[in-house]
Amino acid sequence: MAGRTEAIMARKGEIMRRALGMDYAEFECSPIAFDYEAMMAAHGYSLPDIVAIQAAAGVGSTPLLELRNLTDLVRSYSEPGHGARIFVKDEAANMAGSFKDRRASMSTHVAREKGYAGVIAATSGNYGAAVASQAARTSLACIICQEAFDSTHLGQPEIIEKARICEAFGAEVVQMTVGPELFAHMLELLDETGYFAASLYSSFGVSGIETLGWELAEEMRERTGAPPTHVVITHAGGGNTTGTARGLKRAGATETQIVSASVDLSGLHMASDTDFNRKSFTTGHTGFGVPFATWPDRADVPRNAARSLRYMDRYLTVSQGEVFYVTEALAKLEGLERGPAGNTAMAAAMSLARDLPRDATVVVQETEYTGAGKHHWAQLNFARERGVEVRAGDPRENVPGRSIVIPERPEQIRATEMDLGRMRRSYVRNALAHAPEGYEPTAADIAFLAMDTNTTPAAVEEMVAGLAEGA
Amino acid sequence: MSADRCREGQWVEVERILLEPADRAPNLPGETATKPLLVWVKGFARGEAGLGEECEVETMTGRVVSGRLSDLDPAYTHTFGPQPPEIAGIGRDLRARLTEWRGAQPKAGE
Repeated sequence: MAGRTEAIMARKGEIMRRALGMDYAEFECSPIAFDYEAMMAAHGYSLPDIVAIQAAAGVGSTPLLELRNLTDLVRSYSEPGHGARIFVKDEAANMAGSFKDRRASMSTHVAREKGYAGVIAATSGNYGAAVASQAARTSLACIICQEAFDSTHLGQPEIIEKARICEAFGAEVVQMTVGPELFAHMLELLDETGYFAASLYSSFGVSGIETLGWELAEEMRERTGAPPTHVVITHAGGGNTTGTARGLKRAGATETQIVSASVDLSGLHMASDTDFNRKSFTTGHTGFGVPFATWPDRADVPRNAARSLRYMDRYLTVSQGEVFYVTEALAKLEGLERGPAGNTAMAAAMSLARDLPRDATVVVQETEYTGAGKHHWAQLNFARERGVEVRAGDPRENVPGRSIVIPERPEQIRATEMDLGRMRRSYVRNALAHAPEGYEPTAADIAFLAMDTNTTPAAVEEMVAGLAEGA
Repeated sequence: MSADRCREGQWVEVERILLEPADRAPNLPGETATKPLLVWVKGFARGEAGLGEECEVETMTGRVVSGRLSDLDPAYTHTFGPQPPEIAGIGRDLRARLTEWRGAQPKAGE
């Protein structure tokens, strides 16, 4: 079998062109720049079109809930006059239990329109459930490829639950051990079946999330008279941040601060057979959040529609223990029992709201379904069985893969601010490194990099000069 | 039919090696690079086989996949597990705090 991976990877461009029904080459401008907005618009669906497609698919229009008890809890330990109002968009109310239905509904709609017989997605997360559910509704065959097990066939309970729900919706689930070769196998399956690539990172999928930002801006206007001052978004591959922020802008909410949030899993290697089951979060963590923000085009499509640095105003991290604490608090104080991964932004929001004035409004823009395996009890028990220390204490003492420290008091929930300047430099370094050796970025490239990092051409010039000096 | 042999048409799982360690991607951490890449697929058995024997299955999408028979009527046994003691008191404590704090707030109109 030697060379099997190389052989299929060499055909990546051709397979993905057929499987996506679009040629990304037409958006390329140079070895660095491409026309992002042209790529996003190429599918031809307007926001009202997408709203209509999703309404027909049973997706969206989820409840926006004000969390009065959680808000008062935060106010009980905030400085006087502080403690913003906290709201949540209950995306778990979507058919397959998460905001991923918004993404999936667009992918299956496009697959159906273009005449594909089925869809394939590589995901161990909620997206699999969403694609499987929408594929069932649109009478499409569905294959979900999961990185599911370590080499002893031991599976993370959250991923096992995701396999179950995908099968419940009639999907074929291909489960693999740890490794990036999952992508090559997905290409083999696309080649073998001729199905549509329901990539998380296509313009179809990311456009589908824009309705979430648009809905919550409109609902907040109705409820409070203005769009939210802050939206907190659980961040992994970048689609959630990108789609939500684009939707907010379309709704005219240009002043809203976009705050991305991930669980801190620093120190754990994402391709490690042993680290794989030592983490309690399979998504929404820095292991995806940082690499995808600083090099989005590592995705399974030629150009990633999810480009989070374009939209992020802040990036906060929280520890696993803090998220489990907040998951428990949300259930006990608000009657909202939801999956821990989706509560990553909730933990960050509690920290953020504490430092904001009372008239500020913070919207956590998603929740996800919960149940056996996909639950904080299951995760804590699984971690303990793997030898991870679980204890109550100061969450600052949390060490990913070694300990989970559950706060003793809500005051201990303190998100950490990531250095966006450093992430932007890292992105620029990656963009330059992917251009042919000796390629000199043009003024158009610099302008593109400024857009892609939400900075100015002058700032990018400075980063490029700094990188050259450091080289 | 014994518990370790499948009959034709039974819902089963097969396991196969997709890549031997030597054929795996470069730059993998050592603990991953030394392991084969394994894949498991479920489907309807296309014939009789014993556990560990080669078996062909037809998957939900109609693909025919072969591998070693690894499970019959595969189960889902994931659960919640026992109450983690570290979180048992969170709800009680937070409700009490909220009640106390609200009681200490000035009433409207005061």
